[in-house]
Amino acid sequence: MELVEAIILAVLAASTPLLIAATGELVTERSGVLNLGVEGMMIVGAACGFAGAWLTGSIFIGALFGIVAGTLMSLVFALMALGLAVNQVATGLALTILGVGLSGLIGAGFVGERITPAMHLYIPSLTDMPLIGRVLFGEDAFVYFSIALVIGVWWFLYRTRAGLILRACGDNHVSAHALGYPVLRIRTFAVMFGGACAGLAGAYLPLAYTPFFIPGMTAGRGWIALALVVFSSWRPGRLVVGAYLFGAVTILQLHAQGWGVGIPSQFMSALPYLATVIVLVLLSRARTGGSTAPAALGTVFVPDR
Amino acid sequence: MRKSLLALAAGLLLAGSVSAASAADKLKVGFIYLGPIGDLGWTYQHDLARQALVKELGDKIETTYLENVPEGPDAERSIEQLVRAGNKLIFTTSFGYMDPTLKVAKKYPNVHFEHATGYKRNPNMSTYSAKWWQGRYIQGLIAAKMSKSGVLGYIGSFPIPEVVSGINATILAAQTINPNIKVKIIWANTWFDPGKEADAAKALIDQGADVIMQHTDSPAAMQIASERGKLAFGQDSEMIKFGPKTQLTSILDTWGPYYIERVKAELAGTWKSEDSWGGLDSHMFAMAPYTNMPDDVKKIAEDAQAAITAGKLHPFKCPVVGQDGKPVECKGGDHLDDGQILGMNFYVKGIDDKLPGK
Repeated sequence: MELVEAIILAVLAASTPLLIAATGELVTERSGVLNLGVEGMMIVGAACGFAGAWLTGSIFIGALFGIVAGTLMSLVFALMALGLAVNQVATGLALTILGVGLSGLIGAGFVGERITPAMHLYIPSLTDMPLIGRVLFGEDAFVYFSIALVIGVWWFLYRTRAGLILRACGDNHVSAHALGYPVLRIRTFAVMFGGACAGLAGAYLPLAYTPFFIPGMTAGRGWIALALVVFSSWRPGRLVVGAYLFGAVTILQLHAQGWGVGIPSQFMSALPYLATVIVLVLLSRARTGGSTAPAALGTVFVPDR
Repeated sequence: MRKSLLALAAGLLLAGSVSAASAADKLKVGFIYLGPIGDLGWTYQHDLARQALVKELGDKIETTYLENVPEGPDAERSIEQLVRAGNKLIFTTSFGYMDPTLKVAKKYPNVHFEHATGYKRNPNMSTYSAKWWQGRYIQGLIAAKMSKSGVLGYIGSFPIPEVVSGINATILAAQTINPNIKVKIIWANTWFDPGKEADAAKALIDQGADVIMQHTDSPAAMQIASERGKLAFGQDSEMIKFGPKTQLTSILDTWGPYYIERVKAELAGTWKSEDSWGGLDSHMFAMAPYTNMPDDVKKIAEDAQAAITAGKLHPFKCPVVGQDGKPVECKGGDHLDDGQILGMNFYVKGIDDKLPGK
């Protein structure tokens, strides 16, 4: 029983940064913009988040630093890809390379320092309940926030007029423009939201997961977040499933190794990625009328004035 | 007109050679690093050694380093860049630089190269590495003494001989204290991913391990052990900051003495291509202070360290019994020879797990 609880806790912790970053990218892509710079925005968020928390002693301010840093990074992307209509794929890749370098520079002075990680919720008796107590009532703020974030994004996309307009920009920017919507402004906000989420997801790593900063500590999680958006076929509900599934496979393969299940560890390390591919194939074969990629995803839009 | 241009060119050439000559007063020594110098592990320790070198011979040499150089073909360009900048002795500090270093070495026979942890050499290319398994043996003794559950947790990077020999040395040592000791091994399949290393440490502790050892690079596992009130060993560098009440000791890469020795040889003109595989006796690595353990355990560790340093104790002394229950062929007299350890691809008896790929 205790082991099951421990595994669920580890899965939640491992999935949270993926969920936050992927939710932001989902909104960006729903507006028709493909920003491949998630990894770069995350790692800058990690460096700035740690710097903020270390300087002020507050995890909350650290998280804010991460959000601001991610947003600023995404503005660089918006300036290039939206303002100057540069190729989005190239700009996104450049943003990642920039982010990796920049984070090393920002974080150089903080390497080797440590902070007190984010506090976990504790409600007497509720948190002490066996099995579900710590899972439901004993997490840090990031975990609860990530759930609220996905619900908020779902509500925004499907239940508000603004969400409908954002999706319209992603599906047909020419029509949205013809109807008088400021496509580029809407996309800029979507890109900024994606950057803020990526920055927060990055900040989660040094603030809650492993409370220290080391260059390159995101270790490819930004790319996984990007894959998750495709995996979810651009739907928030499936994104939650995907993120937790990915986290679960990652953690379970470690446990399976500890139990001595005789499967090669290299294969088990590849399992999460294999699962992604399999689900992608299943989704594309099913085609149950669900939304696939936003039609205008990754295409440049220059309004004619 | 043409004549005066020629004269000018000749003058410039002369000036160029003169300035080169004055710069040549100091020997230029170059370093290629895999990670950032702030990685707190592998590259950090190489750079500490470079700093020690500068402190010792700073008036005679000038050092340059390139950090974050990816392994593989890209490295060749970086190494060549150091050659063109006039470096006469170049240290390439990761296994993956082996072929690129060899390629550049063949192209520039007058430049000397030193490659860490590889096995390919050339008349102008040496190799150097450390017998970390000696340190792992000491850790195994401590771990078996300190473990209450009798279960050790081991985070491996990749199932390569360097890591496998470390696991075997650990277990052989632990068995001398507790014949029934168990080890749980989790391969992270990465050298560096703090999040995954932390997850692996959590999994090991959740499965009952109470002493955590790692052959991956970040202090994440140390921190998890510290959070959970367990014990752990550092890796490559001093990690006690991340677990003041957790770190038992750490194998510290101390390349400084070797770098100083080799640069002195270069200065004296006696440098030649060699293979150096140094252990505790040649100070290629050191043990961090033994902390968070009672005095009797500390004494066991110190005695073992002294015995290994003096050559009286060999971690792989025969018979070494494999998982199949058969003793391994003993090529080094009363212990396994260096070649057998360098290519170790089997688990010793007492490890329940299966070596990946076997």
